[in-house]
Amino acid sequence: MNANEIIQSTYLPTRAKLLEVAATLDRIDAARRDGVDTLSDDADLQLNQLRDAIGILTQSRDGDVTRACAIQRLFSRSYDPEWRAEFGMASQR
Amino acid sequence: MDFIDPHIHMVSRTTDDYEQLARMGCVAVSEPAFWAGFDRGSVDGFRDYFEQLTVVEPSRAAQFGIRHFCWLCINAKEAENVSLSRDVIEMIPEFLDRPGVLGIGEIGLNKNTPNEAVVFLEHLDLATRHEQPILIHTPHLEDKYQGTRMILDMLCDDSRIDPDRVLIDHVEEHTIADVLDRGFWAGMTLYPVTKCTPSRAADMIERYGTERLMANSAGDWGVSKPTAVPDLIIEMRRRGHSEATIQRIVHDNPAAFFSKSGKFDLVNREA
Repeated sequence: MNANEIIQSTYLPTRAKLLEVAATLDRIDAARRDGVDTLSDDADLQLNQLRDAIGILTQSRDGDVTRACAIQRLFSRSYDPEWRAEFGMASQR
Repeated sequence: MDFIDPHIHMVSRTTDDYEQLARMGCVAVSEPAFWAGFDRGSVDGFRDYFEQLTVVEPSRAAQFGIRHFCWLCINAKEAENVSLSRDVIEMIPEFLDRPGVLGIGEIGLNKNTPNEAVVFLEHLDLATRHEQPILIHTPHLEDKYQGTRMILDMLCDDSRIDPDRVLIDHVEEHTIADVLDRGFWAGMTLYPVTKCTPSRAADMIERYGTERLMANSAGDWGVSKPTAVPDLIIEMRRRGHSEATIQRIVHDNPAAFFSKSGKFDLVNREA
């Protein structure tokens, strides 16, 4: 499919997904305005991750790391190549 | 189009699902051993489960013309109990010669803990000693990237492991390249929310090609869709992929990988 065909076939579903994200953020804002809601540490981290992910959507990307990959990494724990030392396990190589 | 679901937990599904899969073109399923939703308390619990995988499910599938194959292990979630895991690993060879047993799986990591890593390595040793192919589960959500890299470290550390006899499952955008670049087979799981949609799977096929890549539903007792592989077929057709390309992903690649076991005796239907 070329770019025009992709846009034509995905425009409405993508528009709907963006509206769902917008409405969810509005719902969170409204809940915080209406009550004494303070976010837990976990919820605060999750909300900030969602905001950072939204930021990734608007970045242009030319390299190997697609937006989908960048967002996956944002939501991932980091990898430490020295994890075996932490576990007390020797590499077999 | 005939298709194979290379990862589906039919013990958790109804007979209606078998019927629906058959109507949609499913000719074979492969069922890795997994977590039942609760921790089993004894090695005999696993012995009964392996009996179900090797006798009961093949019989249930056959009623609908579907071949049923399976993989055996103690899954990563229950691997926190290292003592029980070792008892199960010691018992598994009782079942390896049964028809339809393709290898060891789905082994892997869950929360990326030291106990999980120990049991994973002992499963690798079992598989290599018995010359069995391996099917690997990679962790969920935020643990997936770290866990996949740790799994790759352990696999690549062991010179006895042939990447061409290992399928690493549940790959997503941030893990697929590491898996394919090292010569392993990769499976994409089509889940409604937590893993990969048919459109994202099609994106990865377009980006990485069809070599050593397949797709599954991983249908189980949770929110999942056992007929997700046909959804991918429809998405790929919608994008204009050839029937041969689609068939490679949903039939030929799983068949080629499973054939490495020497026990995948699926006969293609006459044209």
